[in-house]
Amino acid sequence: MKKIYVREEWCLKCRLCEYICAFANSGCGDIVAALKDKPIMPRITVEEEGKISYAVSCRHCDDALCVKGCISGAISRVDGVVTIDKNKCVGCCTCILSCPYGAIAYGADGTATKCELCVQNAGGSPMCVKYCPNRAIVLE
Amino acid sequence: MPINYDDNTYEVIRNQDRCINCRVCERQCANLVHKYSEYYGRMTSDCISCVDCQRCVSLCPTKALKIIKNPNSYRDNANWNEAAIKSVYKQAGSGGVLLSSMGTPEAYPVYWDKILINASQVTNPSIDPLREPMETRIALGKRPQNIVRDGNGNIVNTVKNSLFLNVPIMFSAMSYGSISYNAHKSLAIAAEKLGIFYNTGEGGLHRDFYKYGKNTIVQVASGRFGVFKDFLNAGAAVEIKMGQGAKPGIGGHLPGEKIGEDVSRTRMIPQGVDAISPAPHHDIYSIEDLRQLVYSLKEATNYKKPVIVKIAAVHNVAAIASGVARSGADIIAIDGFRGGTGAAPTRIRDNVGIPIELALASVDQRLREEGIRNEISLVAGGSIRNSADIVKAIALGADAVYIATGALLALGCHLCRSCHLGKCNWGIATQNPDLVKRLNPETGSERLVNLITAWTHEIEEMMGGMGINSIEALKGNRLMLRGVGMTQKELDILGIFHAGE
Repeated sequence: MKKIYVREEWCLKCRLCEYICAFANSGCGDIVAALKDKPIMPRITVEEEGKISYAVSCRHCDDALCVKGCISGAISRVDGVVTIDKNKCVGCCTCILSCPYGAIAYGADGTATKCELCVQNAGGSPMCVKYCPNRAIVLE
Repeated sequence: MPINYDDNTYEVIRNQDRCINCRVCERQCANLVHKYSEYYGRMTSDCISCVDCQRCVSLCPTKALKIIKNPNSYRDNANWNEAAIKSVYKQAGSGGVLLSSMGTPEAYPVYWDKILINASQVTNPSIDPLREPMETRIALGKRPQNIVRDGNGNIVNTVKNSLFLNVPIMFSAMSYGSISYNAHKSLAIAAEKLGIFYNTGEGGLHRDFYKYGKNTIVQVASGRFGVFKDFLNAGAAVEIKMGQGAKPGIGGHLPGEKIGEDVSRTRMIPQGVDAISPAPHHDIYSIEDLRQLVYSLKEATNYKKPVIVKIAAVHNVAAIASGVARSGADIIAIDGFRGGTGAAPTRIRDNVGIPIELALASVDQRLREEGIRNEISLVAGGSIRNSADIVKAIALGADAVYIATGALLALGCHLCRSCHLGKCNWGIATQNPDLVKRLNPETGSERLVNLITAWTHEIEEMMGGMGINSIEALKGNRLMLRGVGMTQKELDILGIFHAGE
């Protein structure tokens, strides 16, 4: 399965990926309506310190700790993509605690959210990869 | 605070209805124009340092930005126009020479736009390049004067040291220092993929790029930066830079702040020290002296590599080219006055030299008249903007063209003409590591390959339309050109008829 990889040497810390991600997962067709004057909840975040920066999102680990740790069985692997079933999630945050990459967040709807490679949303394929201006995020 | 005589040239127009305060513009502007204001709770802009590079506009996810010319207007004056007034203000404040970058923006005639290309109708068939073979491959260098045959009557190949190009286009000289590592790498990768050449410029060759040697032209200029035996032998050809179209008659100056560790090692000069190329080569004061350097370089490269002499298009370019052709050089590159530069005194760039179209036509004509046109190849540069310019240049007598501004545009340059400030937001004309990384050579080289591939298709289409199936048959074929809106003198110099004739 193809995964998202980040290439630190090309990350410009522009953080476009965060906004594009928030838009892609907003369910809204207009980027301004989706993001203007709202706190954004991106599933990819740019970590930076000094000269170094790179975007972090779910690694879809082969041996995913979040899948093992989920107390309600909400997290499972669907076609290789580690996916959260919002109907089953009880918002206990065990996954957030267990993720070694800090790639899972507590969503506005009270459930855990994370990158699902845009397979469920309108994007269809990872939008952060498509819109990264410097190919710092790739799907391979 | 002193009076600010020189107001901002550009203004940032932000559509606040669309701006989502993502601050991408702020993070991408090396000139620190954009800033998030906690006080207003929105983005603000300080337009005074905006150079109109369009980086923010290109990256804004909601298309909320627009850069316009500052509509603040001085009182109309056709003589003392705004640019003239502002130049005086600037110099009255600084006491220095005005500096500019890239080719002159002044409204001099562009002869390419006054030349039209022929096409076949009825009496001679046009050729469909998608169905029939079309030869765009060319060779640069001396051509044999006679056909030599061996005892069995077979032709003996007497062609020596030619450069072979898949298309008659090369990337012209831009030094490492004036442009970034990633810009150089993009050019090198693209030249290799396309089977053409890029040029090191006068800044030496970075050790990482020796592997692209067979697609590299190494340059020896008046500063001799980075020139040593391995450098000369690394490339496919050696170019002696006598002049540059944007600044004929003067040398170069790379400011010390652009000379970091890598540039310093490549140029073989100390870090942080200005790199000054003298106006003349101090060992060349005649064609005979030039001949000595040509042969020194040939000696150093074992007579295996062609030598190019690059000259700026100046008033008596035809006579100079005739001398160069007799100096032992294999190729002359002529750089027209609209050619680009990383930094040049504004008055020189905007007032010195002549257009490449006229220079090219007069050089080709002179060399033909003197019977030495086959002794040397001609490369024309200095604002070749598209495939039609290339077809016209070849029909006027060029063997190939040099492009640089076009190549930089492909890499993202928006011609803001601020290279000399060293803060290129597109990662091209800068040595700041944070800015250099903005140009990923993967995408850069792809875009260059796309551009040249697209131009090649167009050249083939235009040649096919004329019923010509090779660059060789188009070369110097001035009957394929007609002029519009030119004086008889201009037509005579270009050696073409007026449309309708």
